Amino acid sequence: MNLFRPSRRGLLGGSLLGSLFGITAARAQSGPAHGGSAHSGASRTHAPGVMMTVGEVDNAANGFDPHDILTDWDTGTTRVDADGRTVRTFEVTAEDKEIEIAPGIYFPAWTYNGRVPGPTLRATEGERLRIVFRNHGSMPHTMHFHGIHGASMDGILGAGEVEPGGEFIYEFNAFPFGCHLYHCHSVPLKRHIHKGLYGTFIIDPDPARHPDAVEVARSRLLGSPENMRWQEMVMVMNGFDTNFDEENEVYAVNTIAHAYAKKPIVIDRDRPVRIYLVNVTEFDPINSFHLHANFFDYYDHGTTLTPTLRTVDTIMQCQAQRGIIEISFAGFEPGRYMFHAHQSEFVELGWMSFFEVRA
Amino acid sequence: MTGDSAATRALWVALPTALIALVAWAFVTLDPLANLGGGVPPVEELTVERTVLDDNGIKLLIRAGGTEPMVLAQVQVDGAYWRFHQEPEGSLARLNQAWIDIPYPWVLGETHHITLITGTGVTFEHTIDVAVATPRPDRDMLVTYALVGVFVGVVPVVLGMLFFPALRSASVNTMTFTLALTVGLLAFLLVDTMAEALELAEAAAAPFSIVELVWLVAAATAAALFAIGQRTGAPYAPITLAVSIAVGIGLHNFGEGLAIGSAFATGAAALGSYLVIGFTLHNITEGVGIVAPLTKQRPSIVLLGGLALLAGLPAVFGIWLGAFAFSPHWAALALAVGAGAILQVIVQVSWLIQRQAQMAGASSAVASLSGGALGLVLMYGTSLLVQA
Repeated sequence: MNLFRPSRRGLLGGSLLGSLFGITAARAQSGPAHGGSAHSGASRTHAPGVMMTVGEVDNAANGFDPHDILTDWDTGTTRVDADGRTVRTFEVTAEDKEIEIAPGIYFPAWTYNGRVPGPTLRATEGERLRIVFRNHGSMPHTMHFHGIHGASMDGILGAGEVEPGGEFIYEFNAFPFGCHLYHCHSVPLKRHIHKGLYGTFIIDPDPARHPDAVEVARSRLLGSPENMRWQEMVMVMNGFDTNFDEENEVYAVNTIAHAYAKKPIVIDRDRPVRIYLVNVTEFDPINSFHLHANFFDYYDHGTTLTPTLRTVDTIMQCQAQRGIIEISFAGFEPGRYMFHAHQSEFVELGWMSFFEVRA
Repeated sequence: MTGDSAATRALWVALPTALIALVAWAFVTLDPLANLGGGVPPVEELTVERTVLDDNGIKLLIRAGGTEPMVLAQVQVDGAYWRFHQEPEGSLARLNQAWIDIPYPWVLGETHHITLITGTGVTFEHTIDVAVATPRPDRDMLVTYALVGVFVGVVPVVLGMLFFPALRSASVNTMTFTLALTVGLLAFLLVDTMAEALELAEAAAAPFSIVELVWLVAAATAAALFAIGQRTGAPYAPITLAVSIAVGIGLHNFGEGLAIGSAFATGAAALGSYLVIGFTLHNITEGVGIVAPLTKQRPSIVLLGGLALLAGLPAVFGIWLGAFAFSPHWAALALAVGAGAILQVIVQVSWLIQRQAQMAGASSAVASLSGGALGLVLMYGTSLLVQA
């Protein structure tokens, strides 16, 4: 009489037998009090906005705001060396920090500079880069850059891994231009990445090196008059496994679930949009970006000045794949334009957002 | 002299009590285990005790079992974050309950998975195996359920009692055989009742330690009934024994009712007439068992009717309770009481068999062994009909 754990299989098998008692059971399900709707269960629950996390994240307590992260470029400090070359220095510190990744859900993160994703490091093609990395965390960590560098600067075990309390300076030249990333490469790798040790690493093209596409290169060079026209932002697609079962409970761009759904990103309709998009999602093979009601051009890895995909509304990225998305809303009806992963699972677990396009 | 010894005795009660309090205070104040715990997150436990599905979505009654007050941060239904309302709001102290109201468009007949995520990111899964609207306790439903209860409880017991005239004309050996059959039947019910009680105990909130309580309550019930039985000094009179058997079986049928009622509430009731016929056949043996001690008596129809109701009617209350006010810990304890009562009845009937055999001066080994075995086989065989 093991009735306390009914199974669906049991239901289907039993219903084949039909009968007097079956009728009784049917009455129990849709008796007069229930109104007798046979094919839907709860019927009054389709109000918009119910599929959403409840409450607000305390950005001040976290020490970072997902809306600020969009445009918070870390350009470090620069000096010119004896050869006349620009040397750009970044300072990054690893630290353990509990962050609120969805309203009320706290995650014991490992961070670069106290935030997830870490600082968006932005340099210009050809510069000498120095990244002063200090480890204030409880575990050995590294910074492994996706770029071009010597083996000793790779940021792996034996090449730039820093013990707690230690320091290492990674040095290399900024090549190739594009949208890149950095992350911790200490083992266990999965744990070190999904705990929050990753960030975006952008190398702007040097217009002088691209005489055949000077205008385009200038538009990508942070601070140039051509670049000022653009509405640039960085989006890191990530996830959090809060119960450590190797599956993510929360998906987001820039860490906070539903941050841009509850408070949309405001866009000036008449200026183009450029998104530096990076996928660091752990455990799932791919993540994706889908824009509603519009199409865009895509530059895989951002290492070209002409699009690698034109006029698409969905792109996908494996882990560590990244690229640049360029969107125009010129002439569009003002309003909210949704964008999200086109894995419904990720959408429903937090990776859902809006642009608020204003005329 | 006596005053002195009373004072001494009082001192020897007060002194250890005061020391216990002192040690507890010192332990809490000095916290010698602080070095063990440093930075370790609190243990969290969440149990879903009731699930209600209606036009407005899904409601869950949850109970917290954390070492510290815990927060239900978010709720996922079928892998999607969903708005919810908690009543009462705020963090949940150990053993506190709250209703969670989720406006989720559940689908009739399908399975839904709910994930409750606490403030520390720990998840608790709850599965609704087959979604059906939870029955509401209006008059129609009460009557329908009562009908089902009478069918699985009272009807089979009455049918079993119809063997009474046949039993009356039987020889001592046949009598022994029938009583042994009753013991076999009760032994099956004992194991079955305990198994169900323990299964429910697993589903109850962990801090209640219901698994341990089930054993203790069953033992305590049996002990209490033995104590009451021993006060008279003599073995049970046949009628007392019949009533005891009826009460034990009634408590078991109450548990069966709980199972059926909660099956209605969780959608498994669509198992259909197969189930009812199964229960009816299964319970017919119970009717035989109840009247077995009465073969030398002339019981009135009223007495027999009363016994049938005593054994069968609790099924109705069980179904009502299971369908409308189910909570795993109370159900487990009710079944434990039933198991204890059954154990005591088994011993009483065994005594009766022994006494009859002594009076007849004949060996009853063959009759009692074969009767007991047949009782077990009958109950096991018919239980195959009601396995969900």
